[in-house]
Amino acid sequence: MSFKSPLAHARGLGSAKEGVAHWWMQRLTALALLPLVSWVVYGLLQCGSADHRIIKIWITNPFNSIALICLMLALSYHSSLGVQVIAEDYVRRQWLRRLIIVTVYFLKVLIAVTSIFAILKISFGVNL
Amino acid sequence: MAEFHLPANSIVKKGRDFPAPSTATNTRRFEIYRYDPDSGENPRIDSYELDMDSCGPMVLDAILKIKNEIDSTLTFRRSCREGVCGSCSMNINGRNTLACTREIAEYKGNIRIFPLPHMKVVKDLITDMTNFYAQYASIEPWLKSESPPPSGEHERLQSKEDRKKLDGLYECILCACCSTACPSYWWNSDRYLGPAALLQAYRWLVDSRDEALGDRLDALEDPFKLYRCHTIMNCTKTCPKGLNPAKAIAETKKLLMSRR
Repeated sequence: MSFKSPLAHARGLGSAKEGVAHWWMQRLTALALLPLVSWVVYGLLQCGSADHRIIKIWITNPFNSIALICLMLALSYHSSLGVQVIAEDYVRRQWLRRLIIVTVYFLKVLIAVTSIFAILKISFGVNL
Repeated sequence: MAEFHLPANSIVKKGRDFPAPSTATNTRRFEIYRYDPDSGENPRIDSYELDMDSCGPMVLDAILKIKNEIDSTLTFRRSCREGVCGSCSMNINGRNTLACTREIAEYKGNIRIFPLPHMKVVKDLITDMTNFYAQYASIEPWLKSESPPPSGEHERLQSKEDRKKLDGLYECILCACCSTACPSYWWNSDRYLGPAALLQAYRWLVDSRDEALGDRLDALEDPFKLYRCHTIMNCTKTCPKGLNPAKAIAETKKLLMSRR
């Protein structure tokens, strides 16, 4: 039971004075993903049914390495922003909402670092 | 996670049936949501068959006919019967609209009438608008100006071009059709202002006489108050006044971007 007025309830904790950056980065990463995904999908299709070695050589190409690293950065960033929005939209329990958002942020960093490490390892690797 | 299970009394049952008089030849059936929380009973759908030869052309006319001639317990809001007061907003055949501006002839078959979706029902077609109005109040919908009003005999002046910017905004009658059609508002209406309040907020953002643009933008820049809008556009699709809240929200987001 609360005697809080409707206006106090509507005002809540006031404005967080953020949201623009989130909104803008979502669009910016989406824009970056358009050419990056096209490039990587095209490149991998070109490799066709090539074996492991050929794919590794394709990744070793500096253009492809850089595109792949950019792709993984944009992809992990974009998807973490997206999952955060989904959690905020649909998860009612505050603690669960927080837990999902924190987990997704850790996962974002983990996925980005791991994939970049893998790409660099192949790129600079000696065992072709 | 999202709670998809329904409270016990939300299962809607079949209600009473009111057939048309046997002399009627031109009839239409209206199926209307009925709920009285004081009764302790579940909501039900009552079915009314009306003689259209003695009924006005609008959906509101049919509801009034039911109230006057068939079942005086039917409860709903209405006032102006010409689409300027916003009282008779309800969900007719799946779409939020004003009963007074919808012709019965627009609809085929039975006409199903429900209260605005995802709002607490006070009784029958009447929903609790407390939070909706409080959200409107929270955007401080009045002119804010530190400059003293012009001395002499005229009001604060506005050019014709600046006045034109308010067209498509000032017409909003706060019927809540848009906000209650918005899934983001359904899930987060405790924090998301919803399309109606945001369109009204934008009406003050673009008023050339207002001097609080920065403060107003500060108050809106919030992941929940504003950015729950994901451009679903149900608001614009359903607005019975033909306004475009989705565009007002997009323009607000652009204003927030342009000050970065």
